[in-house]
Amino acid sequence: MLKNDPHIGSPRNRVDGPAKVTGAATYAAEFAATDLGHGYIVESAIARGLIRSINVAAAEAAPGVIKVFTHENRPQTAWFTYKYRDQVGPPGSPFRPLYSEEIQYSGQPIALVVATSFDAARDAAALVIVEYAEKPHLTDLSIARKDAYKPPKKRLGIAPPPDPRGDAVKAFSEAPVSVSAEYAIAPEHHNPMEPHATTVIWEGDGKITVHDKTQGVQNSQAYVASVFGLSSDNVRVVAPYVGGGFGSGLRPQHQLFLAVMASLALERSVRVELTRQQMFGHVHRPETINAVALGADADGKLVSIQHHAVAATSQFEDHQENVVNWSGMLYHAPNVDLRYELAKLDIYSPGDMRAPGAPLGLFALESAMDELAIAAKIDPIELRLRNYTDHDENDGKVFTSKELRACYREGAERFGWNKRNARPCSMRDGRELIGWGMASGVWEAGMMKTAARGVFTADGRLELSCATSDIGTGTYTILSQIGAETLGLEMEQVTVKLADSTLPASPVQGGSWTAASAGSAVMAACQDLQAQLFKLARKIDGSPFADASDDDIAFVNGRILLRTNPAKSVLLAEALAASGEEKLEAEKSASPGLIGPMRYAAYTHSAVFAEVRIDAELGQIRVTRIVNAVAAGRILNPKTARSQIIGGVVWGIGMALHEETLTDHRLGRIMNHSLAEYHVPANADIYDIDVVFVEEHDDKASPIGVKGLGEIGIVGTAAAIANAIHHATGKRLRSLPITLDKLLAA
Amino acid sequence: MSQARPGSAEIPIQITINGERRCVELQPWTTLLDLLRHDLALTGTKKGCDHGQCGACTVLIDGRRINSCLQLAVMQDGKAITTIEGIGQGSHLHPLQQAFIERDAFQCGYCTPGQICSGIALIEEGNAVTRDEIRELMSGNICRCGAYPNIVDAIQDVLVQRSGVIREAAE
Repeated sequence: MLKNDPHIGSPRNRVDGPAKVTGAATYAAEFAATDLGHGYIVESAIARGLIRSINVAAAEAAPGVIKVFTHENRPQTAWFTYKYRDQVGPPGSPFRPLYSEEIQYSGQPIALVVATSFDAARDAAALVIVEYAEKPHLTDLSIARKDAYKPPKKRLGIAPPPDPRGDAVKAFSEAPVSVSAEYAIAPEHHNPMEPHATTVIWEGDGKITVHDKTQGVQNSQAYVASVFGLSSDNVRVVAPYVGGGFGSGLRPQHQLFLAVMASLALERSVRVELTRQQMFGHVHRPETINAVALGADADGKLVSIQHHAVAATSQFEDHQENVVNWSGMLYHAPNVDLRYELAKLDIYSPGDMRAPGAPLGLFALESAMDELAIAAKIDPIELRLRNYTDHDENDGKVFTSKELRACYREGAERFGWNKRNARPCSMRDGRELIGWGMASGVWEAGMMKTAARGVFTADGRLELSCATSDIGTGTYTILSQIGAETLGLEMEQVTVKLADSTLPASPVQGGSWTAASAGSAVMAACQDLQAQLFKLARKIDGSPFADASDDDIAFVNGRILLRTNPAKSVLLAEALAASGEEKLEAEKSASPGLIGPMRYAAYTHSAVFAEVRIDAELGQIRVTRIVNAVAAGRILNPKTARSQIIGGVVWGIGMALHEETLTDHRLGRIMNHSLAEYHVPANADIYDIDVVFVEEHDDKASPIGVKGLGEIGIVGTAAAIANAIHHATGKRLRSLPITLDKLLAA
Repeated sequence: MSQARPGSAEIPIQITINGERRCVELQPWTTLLDLLRHDLALTGTKKGCDHGQCGACTVLIDGRRINSCLQLAVMQDGKAITTIEGIGQGSHLHPLQQAFIERDAFQCGYCTPGQICSGIALIEEGNAVTRDEIRELMSGNICRCGAYPNIVDAIQDVLVQRSGVIREAAE
């Protein structure tokens, strides 16, 4: 046997599993320190205005209180706005905690109480007395949208809508079949299970170690260094375990600022943990309203696509996402008009949340396609196949790969789509109406420049390191697999270190790019180690490889061996020992390259099929079956990959039926800021989720053929469910979440 | 610093945690969760909401699953608490811990200790056999990563293993 059992492509258990099932995995608020100060945040009770006075005397006199920080006594931080920018923030002025008396949103942190215990800090926080000078506020997008504007400055990495193609309005008006409607999605909050927290360990001499809940330790490090004027050598940020991110940990959040500020000022270790209620005071998915108009010929071929979206943002930043561009690249159409606008509200800045933009825009597009299929009397899959495109019509680039046809075919087969009667209300089981719907999904297959280091030691072990995170995605595991496979080791012989700002450079973990990026960097480092080991093995006295080239050898079972004669081999540890060195080291970075992205467009695709059962009288909706067929290039670990898609689908079910941040616009204040009232799917809401990975070969999206899986699972799911609800009931619901009051009123 | 607030005198209790008898003195308002996480550094029990809405803090009190954030620590005088640290460690994992690993029943891992404590008690309660019953009776534990189908698989595996063991014992 020449090869090990392949690690890449095999289902492997998570290498961080034992730590997570025993409680040994340590999260940001769980790092211990002597004389730890506990910070508790006081938040503004109004949405807009000024702090007229803030009285902290009673709070400071409370037992255990060390200090109360407000805008009046805040230590000096950076003056210029740009110093508060981070790697992924949008254009605008980032929020600066305790900066001045100005209130920009309800729930804004206006004081930090630091005490010797969490209880004491929380107790004292209630004693802070604030007087406000209120100003009129606006938190209602349905009113603010009349002043919507095209963002004057684009956000880095987010393509603005392409220029219009043809004359979409004229083509629409002349189209024999057409649909036009508005589709809205409620604001949502990420609500990772671990509330945001930062523990700053005061190391002395101005040095701090920061345990932050973040998806990017180097992003947090750069932010802290910039804001507090510290040398980056004095700021180390670590986050080995992150209790869920989903985008909420991409940008530095205010607890990081407050914990570091207090630690530096008090010259002691400080922890700031947000409560679940306070988790509603920061980043969230923006409320978005889409207007979509589709025109087609009698055969269902699209002649016109118009998709205009308006999304909420804060007064101080222009958060932008790709909501509408999907409508110009998923199907072929000669006349296309896409627009994306923002409307300012007195809220905290929205931010990226699992597949930012895509499930919002695709809920609209894929609902409209379903409506078009009904209007044109064509099967929804057939309609999509008739409008299939082999290139990204927004920019003319060819896809690196696109097996969406296979997604439709394999997903439909697994689901039993051919048994569907197209007529709405055609299936019933007792008191339940049954509906089947489908939708397409698409997400970017990104790759970012990332570095990784591999160290091979005399005991035959490999240590891999990279600053990227594992927020639950399985990064530790897939990097172990890549290292083990490349050097022919067992998984147990590989250790992976992540999420420490001192490790080789990595961008934030987001955008589904980590597997492709960190994976390619690790592969490059391991290939360099292969070359070094081979060179050493050739130098050994009597080496079997004297005349061998790279192509003649393989790394198997801890050895280098000759492919033609596997009996001739050298132990890796032997090759290293002969060199007299204790270890070999390689640090390599992987980049997307310059030519590829100019010529090709890289996307993952999916076809989502949903079955709903709806109580005919009560309107209660259950999603009893989902099949999600995904084309995402090479699958490194089918076990963790399946989990990623299941998780995305659960999020799609939440978006379709449950999740909605409700604001009392009279107060400009979120009303349901708890997990009892902000509903996320519970176990009983989730039935069968079947994940299909269709075969897709891609040698251009990334060096290791990977396209990423973190986001694609959610995209399309809400639309498929809404389409199934229509099929079950004949009612078209165009506002998410589809709660039973909306269904019964329709 | 002023005088202590009224009613803040520390109260002594005896409590058994993971088999170890401990005497602790605490403030009357300290929750069992904060006692575990803050005072005893048993951070395997997680705080997700502090309001009994998410289940991340689930522990076993005399074998029953309970949200430790809703229990005042002083109420636990004389009781036996089992946290994830007492369920299984190192190479001695509880079958449900192993099943969670095999079934990939977690992603970020933050809800996992609570899910496992809850699942162990669920199995002991004997009320869940079908997937629907497991789903319903595990719905006090939220998993934001959405690992629910795998959690149900893991619990079902252990239920099947145990029913096999029970059958063998009966035969």
